[in-house]
Amino acid sequence: MAETIPPISVTRQKDVRIVEFTNNRILDEANIAEIGQTLASLIDEGDNPKLLLDFATVDHLSSAALGMLINANNRIREKNGQLRMTNIKPQILEVFVITKLNKLFRILPSRAEALASFT
Amino acid sequence: MTHGDPNPPAPSGDGDESGRPAPGGRRVFTFASDFAAGRAVQNEILDEVRRNGYAGNCFFAINLALEEALTNAIRHGNRLDPNKKVHVEARVTPRRVEITVQDEGPGFDRKNIPDPTAEENLEKCSGRGILLIEAYMSSVKWDRGGRRLRMVKKNEPADGSAKA
Repeated sequence: MAETIPPISVTRQKDVRIVEFTNNRILDEANIAEIGQTLASLIDEGDNPKLLLDFATVDHLSSAALGMLINANNRIREKNGQLRMTNIKPQILEVFVITKLNKLFRILPSRAEALASFT
Repeated sequence: MTHGDPNPPAPSGDGDESGRPAPGGRRVFTFASDFAAGRAVQNEILDEVRRNGYAGNCFFAINLALEEALTNAIRHGNRLDPNKKVHVEARVTPRRVEITVQDEGPGFDRKNIPDPTAEENLEKCSGRGILLIEAYMSSVKWDRGGRRLRMVKKNEPADGSAKA
């Protein structure tokens, strides 16, 4: 029987939750829904949530995944939280640029810079 | 062309006519409005794209556009109705990939789709699929009232950063 690996793993550094994707494709509907739910529960844990999404493993995503990320971003803002993204590969970054979501999201080159950007 | 089967194909993707070769080197797929079935067709086409020497940014573009086209047909075209089919034709040569995706939905007018990159739409969670298809493919055309999408990608040198 195939083991099901959760699509994201979460660690904590001080008050920041660091989310890593365990699958190189954030595409499948079920996968996206599960990631969305996990992010929502992280955001709802407390006030002023701080989330860092590390895209180091991500080689592919879809507009449905972008929708999920926007949803998380909106939810974080409602709770006066902060969202950062880092380690986005050039091909994926281009998707953010084409959709102009690089203006909506705070994207930083490295995890260290992203962590340092939280206020 | 169905066999009157009231049940949608199993999520294995074994839709009727899956991958049937057609004249002119085309391959024809018909499947019910189901994401797993769509994924199976997507993977079959992408295998052929790979075998024909597409890589790097060009492969990424075809993968993304095909994903978005199939999702649109299943979700927005057929509204996830398992009784409606998605019809896909793929013609892959080393020089170009031509993919046609047709749904059985009400169709749409491209001009009425709001620009998702407009300031006021940036925070909306949907509406980016068409933008990405148009950005990544060499040519894109809708016809039959928006029910059919025909898109073409010309091969580029592997890892050539066309947009850099």
